Amino acid sequence: MNDSIIKTLSVAFAVCLVCSLFVSFAAVNLRDTQNLNKINDQRVKVLQAAGIYDEANTNIEEQFSVLEAMFIDFSNNQIVSAIEGLDLDSYDPVEYSRKDGFFTAIPNDEDIAIVKNKENYGKIFILRDENNLINKVVLPIRGYGLWGTLFGYISLAADLNTVEGLEFYSHKETPGLGGEVDNPRWKKIWIGKKVYNNNKNVSLEVIKGAVNPQDQNIDYKVDGLSGATLTSRGVTNMLAYWFGESGYKQVLENLKNG
Amino acid sequence: MANKYKEILIKPIIAENPITLQILGICSALAVTSNLTVTLIMCVALTSVVSLSNLFISIIRNHIPSSVRIIVQMTIIASLVIVVDELLKAYDYETSKKLSVFVGLIITNCIVMGRAEAFAMKEKPFPSFIDGLGNGLGYSFILIVVAVIRELFGAGTLMGVEIFPLVSNGGWYPANNLLLLPPSSFIIIGLLIWVIRVFNKEQVEEKDFSLSKHDVSPNYEKREINV
Repeated sequence: MNDSIIKTLSVAFAVCLVCSLFVSFAAVNLRDTQNLNKINDQRVKVLQAAGIYDEANTNIEEQFSVLEAMFIDFSNNQIVSAIEGLDLDSYDPVEYSRKDGFFTAIPNDEDIAIVKNKENYGKIFILRDENNLINKVVLPIRGYGLWGTLFGYISLAADLNTVEGLEFYSHKETPGLGGEVDNPRWKKIWIGKKVYNNNKNVSLEVIKGAVNPQDQNIDYKVDGLSGATLTSRGVTNMLAYWFGESGYKQVLENLKNG
Repeated sequence: MANKYKEILIKPIIAENPITLQILGICSALAVTSNLTVTLIMCVALTSVVSLSNLFISIIRNHIPSSVRIIVQMTIIASLVIVVDELLKAYDYETSKKLSVFVGLIITNCIVMGRAEAFAMKEKPFPSFIDGLGNGLGYSFILIVVAVIRELFGAGTLMGVEIFPLVSNGGWYPANNLLLLPPSSFIIIGLLIWVIRVFNKEQVEEKDFSLSKHDVSPNYEKREINV
């Protein structure tokens, strides 16, 4: 009796109906919490990159409000506070780097970090001091490591050259090897390093092995991750791309000159 | 009656462990055991999926047409897995990021499907639920053992808390990076199976064939070979 066509179809239909109701009920009810988690996760990374994250304070929104978000218009490398049709708070450059009409494909010879598509509008977070002068900026960066793209934030001090912190929020590197980009000790090395040398070229790089403390270029060198040459190289390329001509170089110049 | 349930619950933990005896669910045992916290969440996720899927499948077992039974089971299992995944994303975002696809892959975990086919399709709902729970615990037991070994000796930590200070952090323990890579779980699970079978001889499989002894024949004489 169970195997009649009518029974089979009705059981299949009933199971699908009940299951889909169950799944959609869960999905709809949890959506807000999930989105909030995602947004807060990003905010924490931005705050950590800027070195101002307070773990004890669970109100991430409040902590985040000290940072001023701005758009970067890559067509003229200016920082703007509004772009028509885009919402500043929820704007995610990575998401828009895949949206038709909002990205430009990077020519192969320029694409050292294998970013592929660059968004037309970037995002920058600015921390101002009491005199309304720039204290820190946080910039999103990304680039290919060994297994996949590393997504992160780098923060620069008021001179727009000294690194204040580096934080990756998503990567696929091998735990224990390339995954050590998340190692707090390694991230600490970055603080105080300089991105541009005196000739305004991007000089900061992750070298192989440990940096010699007597090295005169110590400000531009970061210890490599052992067993993760390709990840280290990926991080170097990422910096070279994002702080180079096709990245934030002009933006930072413009910002410095007011 | 109570004893019967107890047996259903306890048996899969060592005597009929899904991983070490039936060698099921190895994929996630390799993938998620490099960190104990992640492993614990995965164990909770799998245990709840396998026990609830057993329960629901058992409830409707008399109405499932045999021609579409696998699909019906999969639909129920997949729905449960999606809900577990959604719950994790909402309430433990950090861990869900680390588990990434592996929660979704519970759908293809042979333990869940295997218990549905082998137990829930024949037994009443409550024993089926207990059976799912037992198998989930059996899976968890092995995963936790593997994760403790891997995290402790691979990274010197347990649940992220430092136990052995690493040389790279100024301590004395040089981390064993092999243990952080998935293949090391194969070795650890293999050793666990060996240990369990030393104490539990009935799990030892019969030999597929016996080796001949290669005895030297008594009539064998040394021949001189003239070239």
